Amino acid sequence: MNKAEYILRKPFVKTLIAIVLGFLVAGIILVIAGYPPIESLKALFDGVFSSSKHLSNVIIKSTPLIMIGIGVAFAFKTGLFNIGAEGQFIIGCVAAVVVGIECDFHPVIQIPLVLLAGAVAGGLYGGFIGLLKARFGIHEVLTSIMMNWIALYFSNWVCNLDRYHKPDTLGTYTVNKSGYTKILSEWKMTSEGKETLLESEFLTNTLLKTDVNTGIIVAIILAAIVSFLLFRTAKGYELRAVGFNRFAAEFAGINVNKNILHSMLISGAICGLAAALYITGNSPHSIATLSAFENYGFNGLSVCLIAASSPIGCIFAGLLFGGLIYGGQSMQYAVGAPSELINIVIGIIVFFVALTHVIPILFAKFSKGGKKHDK
Amino acid sequence: MANVSSEYAVQMHGVTKRFGSFYALENMDLDVKRGTIHSLLGENGAGKSTLMNVLYGLYQADEGEIFVNGKKVDIKNPNVAIANGIGMVHQHFMLVDDFTVTQNIILGNETTSGLGVVDMKKARQQILEIVEKYGLEVDPDARVSDISVGMQQRVEILKTLYRGAELLILDEPTAVLTPQEIEELMTIMRNLINDGKAIIIITHKLKEIKASSDTCTIIRRGKYIDTIGVEHVTENELATLMVGHEVKLVVDKEPAKPGEVVFEIKNLIVKDDRKLDVVKDFNLQVRKGEIVGIAGIDGNGQKELMEAVNCLRPAAGGEILVNGKPIANTTPRKVIDNGVSTIPEDRHKRGLVLDYTVNENAVLERYREAPFSKNGILNRKEIENFTKELIEEFDVRPDDCGPKRAAGLSGGNQQKVIIGREIAMDPDVLIAVQPTRGLDVGAIETVHKTLIRERDKGKAVLLISFELDEVMDVSDTIAVIYDGHIQDVFKQGTVDESTIGLLMAGGKGNE
Repeated sequence: MNKAEYILRKPFVKTLIAIVLGFLVAGIILVIAGYPPIESLKALFDGVFSSSKHLSNVIIKSTPLIMIGIGVAFAFKTGLFNIGAEGQFIIGCVAAVVVGIECDFHPVIQIPLVLLAGAVAGGLYGGFIGLLKARFGIHEVLTSIMMNWIALYFSNWVCNLDRYHKPDTLGTYTVNKSGYTKILSEWKMTSEGKETLLESEFLTNTLLKTDVNTGIIVAIILAAIVSFLLFRTAKGYELRAVGFNRFAAEFAGINVNKNILHSMLISGAICGLAAALYITGNSPHSIATLSAFENYGFNGLSVCLIAASSPIGCIFAGLLFGGLIYGGQSMQYAVGAPSELINIVIGIIVFFVALTHVIPILFAKFSKGGKKHDK
Repeated sequence: MANVSSEYAVQMHGVTKRFGSFYALENMDLDVKRGTIHSLLGENGAGKSTLMNVLYGLYQADEGEIFVNGKKVDIKNPNVAIANGIGMVHQHFMLVDDFTVTQNIILGNETTSGLGVVDMKKARQQILEIVEKYGLEVDPDARVSDISVGMQQRVEILKTLYRGAELLILDEPTAVLTPQEIEELMTIMRNLINDGKAIIIITHKLKEIKASSDTCTIIRRGKYIDTIGVEHVTENELATLMVGHEVKLVVDKEPAKPGEVVFEIKNLIVKDDRKLDVVKDFNLQVRKGEIVGIAGIDGNGQKELMEAVNCLRPAAGGEILVNGKPIANTTPRKVIDNGVSTIPEDRHKRGLVLDYTVNENAVLERYREAPFSKNGILNRKEIENFTKELIEEFDVRPDDCGPKRAAGLSGGNQQKVIIGREIAMDPDVLIAVQPTRGLDVGAIETVHKTLIRERDKGKAVLLISFELDEVMDVSDTIAVIYDGHIQDVFKQGTVDESTIGLLMAGGKGNE
């Protein structure tokens, strides 16, 4: 293996190539669709980087994606494809809203309580999928997809209960303010707070104009914890061993079924926690009747794929994803390119990430000049 | 080696096939006359299948020539082989379960009428003609999933004939058949050679060679040993030739000093996936300080026996005792905790997590124990140090492989890691299943020495191997397994190889 090939095999380099290729193909598609590619992509980048308000919004948008990405990655390491992240996220939202409305303690108790509710609900919901797999051998993808729909309809049912439904709206009441995880959410609305913040352009843009919340900090800490759990602890060793080779794990005395259950429990709990942070950190702090999936779970899945299941990688992949979605809106304002195009860009990047495993192989093949077939 | 002549359906001369530095075949010869049944006899791993895969174009030989009907051919892939009238029936059938017999037979070689439309009627007619001609009884309209194993095999044979095969290779054709089906197969084979076709059967069942073949070529460790007319030799002589003496590995060891019984299997019954008893009323004792070897041909219940011992498969009856404690139907963890360490047969499936580093693999059973982890957190330093010692003691190469993926090691070095790991567990019972499979001579010696050293340390060692040499040389007590039960047990030195060979093939001890 020569040097160039070695570099190409680095996961980070591969992902970077995929992103570049993704933009290239997106440019071609823009041309085909009749939009100026350079301006369009410039609008996309401006939509992310031109102002600290935009950056702040990108981070807010990315936070749940990062966390779900980490959750999905966790299951991946045990060889499980948690396509049920969507459902676990929805259930986490429902639990957070219900507990957030029902209880009203001091924030020191209220916030952990609401977050815990989301995590426990998501965990149990994911754990049930793991249980079905461990006990009856039902493939997790099947049960996950069905459980996603159950979550959707359950969420709508809760939404329409008299106790939670806010009259004349599609959604529920908001959770009690004591559960908010926005930064300085109360103070910045007071005249004193406004005056102080308006003195600084940066603070105005980030704090005042957006829903800045603590979620991203939690997400980063979570990535670190999950990395530690997976790579430094005996439990993580077990989980990964089951993911890599369940037969050898079984032979070595590791309880495979128990680890499948644990993996799905934890994966679901992370998705549920992402949901609770989403509810407490973002307006409108409530759930609404859903006619279709909001795709947080599915996008989280893509984030995990782009990050090649690395928890730390999910932070960057999530930011990329959030940036594309948010910046894509600007592209629509600026050149009128439909925002669906941005979905195509994302799709292409995911596609190339999946395909990048081929690049070093192709490179090796061409550099050898087809010598392989000679004797 | 016979002169090249059109009398021969196929001739392979000087065929050599290397995998890395390992010689699977070395200057191998095979001459198969038309109108004969030619068997290829050898132990597991002797190179029979490799030779046939070369002939069928699945492997390319590094050296050597192949002649079909006296003409030199270059068999680059199976399509070339088929075009030259060579057909192969694999041990594991390659049929589409949901297709009918006819659909399976024509698959890849469809008879079409005009615009690429499959002409099933014509195909069916052609198949029926072949069926008629050779007495291959099949229902062309039955679905493969509904027919018996014997009939599936006939479908495979039909497939090759439909493609115009003049030479049929049958890989272990009787392994899956009932005695009646074997009789039917023999009749079909005779019909085929009477029509001028040639057949090569790969086997190690001596009785069937005597019953079916005209000629037999013996292969041992990839080398040509002899070609003989079957009618002139006895089963005993064939067994001797197959097992051989001159490549015998010399294993130095002191006489065993057996102590009390540590490991005992009583009346064990184990079912396979089809719910049939494959281990039947199995009894065995292993004492402290002795090596008990189980000799036997693959597929006589060894796999299921070991799965039951390791609690990967339930025991349907009987007991497995370690130091008097029953371990059957518990968990793999309990078995390990009771002092049983196993070197598994399939090191890639069961022995290693190939995507883990060597360091991680070295503690696969003990990652939770001190000093490798504390309060649930792995101590990488301790794991590294432990692996370093293991690498040094067992001469694992390269010696800096600790942080590298286990998949990158050669088979022999992977095996050393597993053996080192299992021995470091300091078990009471050490079980080694096929511990030298695919290893070179040097590594084999290391493995054998290690087993004997562990015996001398007072462990009870159980060796299960398909290599008769290995069992004969290493074991203090030799048990022969056939059809899921122990045929007989001997002390080392009180029995010769041909007796054991016969027992392995289902014969009686003193015939």
